[in-house]
Amino acid sequence: MSEYLLMKGNYALAEAAIRAGCEGYFAYPITPQSEVGEYMSVHMPEKGRVFLQAESEVAAINMLYGAAGAGFKVMTSSSSPGISLMTEGISYIAGAELPCVIVNVNRGGPGLGTIQPSQGDYFQSTKGGGHGDYRLIVLAPSSVQEIADLTYLAFDLAWKYRNPSLILMDGALGQMMEKVKFNPYTEPERDISWATRGKTPDRDTNFITSLWIKPEEMEQVNLRLQAKYKEIEENEVRYDAYNIEDAELILVAFGLSARIASKSMQILREKGYKVGLIKPITLWPYPYKILQELASNDRVKGFFVTELNSGQMVEDVRLGVNGKKEVGFYGRLGGMIYSPEEIVENIIPFCEKNGIVPQEAI
Amino acid sequence: MKTQINLENYEKVFEKPDTLKDVKTHYCPGCGHGVVHRLTMEVVKELDIQDKTIGIAPVGCSVFAYYYMNVDMQQAAHGRACAVATGIKRMLPDHYVFTYQGDGDLAAIGTAETIHACSRGENITIIFINNAIYGMTGGQMAPTTILGQKTSTSTGGRNAQRDGMPINMSEIVALLPGTVYVERVAVNKPGRVRKTKKAILKAFKAQQLKKGTSFIEVVSNCNTNWKMTPVEANKWIDDVLLNQYPLGVFKDETGIK
Repeated sequence: MSEYLLMKGNYALAEAAIRAGCEGYFAYPITPQSEVGEYMSVHMPEKGRVFLQAESEVAAINMLYGAAGAGFKVMTSSSSPGISLMTEGISYIAGAELPCVIVNVNRGGPGLGTIQPSQGDYFQSTKGGGHGDYRLIVLAPSSVQEIADLTYLAFDLAWKYRNPSLILMDGALGQMMEKVKFNPYTEPERDISWATRGKTPDRDTNFITSLWIKPEEMEQVNLRLQAKYKEIEENEVRYDAYNIEDAELILVAFGLSARIASKSMQILREKGYKVGLIKPITLWPYPYKILQELASNDRVKGFFVTELNSGQMVEDVRLGVNGKKEVGFYGRLGGMIYSPEEIVENIIPFCEKNGIVPQEAI
Repeated sequence: MKTQINLENYEKVFEKPDTLKDVKTHYCPGCGHGVVHRLTMEVVKELDIQDKTIGIAPVGCSVFAYYYMNVDMQQAAHGRACAVATGIKRMLPDHYVFTYQGDGDLAAIGTAETIHACSRGENITIIFINNAIYGMTGGQMAPTTILGQKTSTSTGGRNAQRDGMPINMSEIVALLPGTVYVERVAVNKPGRVRKTKKAILKAFKAQQLKKGTSFIEVVSNCNTNWKMTPVEANKWIDDVLLNQYPLGVFKDETGIK
């Protein structure tokens, strides 16, 4: 029997969470990720684990807070408007340094928007979302296989750093069916000495809070958080690089866009353009360094970013490139998806402007 | 001057339970919070469940309850205590989980979480301190502020047309099939303090039954923001506040005597 299964992205996410030892799942239904909750409602109780459909996303994220604070491996999932409702709780979870996994199956906005796929929540995911100076570890899968693999990683990083992890995918990845292989999961050692499991005589009380009313204390808490974030930035940057060895043009795209852009790269290569692709896997911490290196390389003449939004990650690409090379952008909005050819059509004028010419033309 | 007292010939009849931390609280003199903190922790002590108890502190005057109660606790976002408690209790069904919430937290911003925790019949104890005003933010109108009551955002007195009517939470949650025990008590007289303790004890015991939510509403005072002396405040509870919030058992399906 093949190790591969044919699975919808949302189901693969749920199954991977179960295999990663998720002990509790709390969520509220919302399109296009309701299959996650449906799958969990069947398979979590089968394994004696907790599934609870909350009365709202606000309640769900606070149930997650409670369960994570008691030292359990827990997850919630939602889509854009639901994530907006959760951002208060996410800020508290980050402030109280609780490990948990949050999934955003991004749909088009703003407001109630559309149920079609979008990457419009990049800023919300990577630049905060809620109040205060905090960071989420943000992972962006671009296939059903990566959804499964990054779900394992999301739990492990959350627990390694006692920090919430966010899986940012989109409606297309959630709904598409692909082959997926669930790799064996090895449970890392988990310290729950800080968790609220009941005070025993050998220790003082544990309490979970994000409140430090004295500014001197609150500053120290913030400095500790920042030190942790720096450590994450140093150790956890992940990206895939394709064809960058000889590339004059570097495409940068994440998630679903990276898949489409890789096809665009192939079309451009067939036309003789030397094109490479950087696919950030961690959207925070962001892979600035590889972009800095490529921007400093004389061979590279420009960068081109494609996103299913009005241009959000492109700001991080510009930070990495730091003015050394031109950065172009093409996006579609509100749930619309570009074709690989459409991206190519928009790249060619950028190439002409920046002296990137096909080999046949030389 | 230090006075040395020889305790050898005295019988100890009263002491602070070790389920309360040895610290001073920040509560105003005359406030009911200290009393209810103590009663709750006496119950934990008597049931010998300190190692199985997890409390939820709200946003409001009792936000620092975890500095006073000697049990593991979590501080919840404003209004979300019942959701946080749900998350804990679902993971630890044999632990004792209680929320400690004020009227703004439980009956305004957190009404949805309160109602749905009670509706699902979460096996938790909700301790609801109703003093008819926002204490921590400095005396603004609460959902439980009574008609005519003057607050810093209803300076002419609560007006039904402009401000709406006060909300009676015990009566509401008693209607929900998920609650197993609902009682409204007060702490403005010694006899009522004793009754409040009995109610909290029964509410904690009810968690063992796994038959639903136990909800104790404690009518308390806020003499500072009511702009009264503690004695006047406790009298005002009897003379005025209890007319809106009558004491009594609204539901008891515990079978516990």
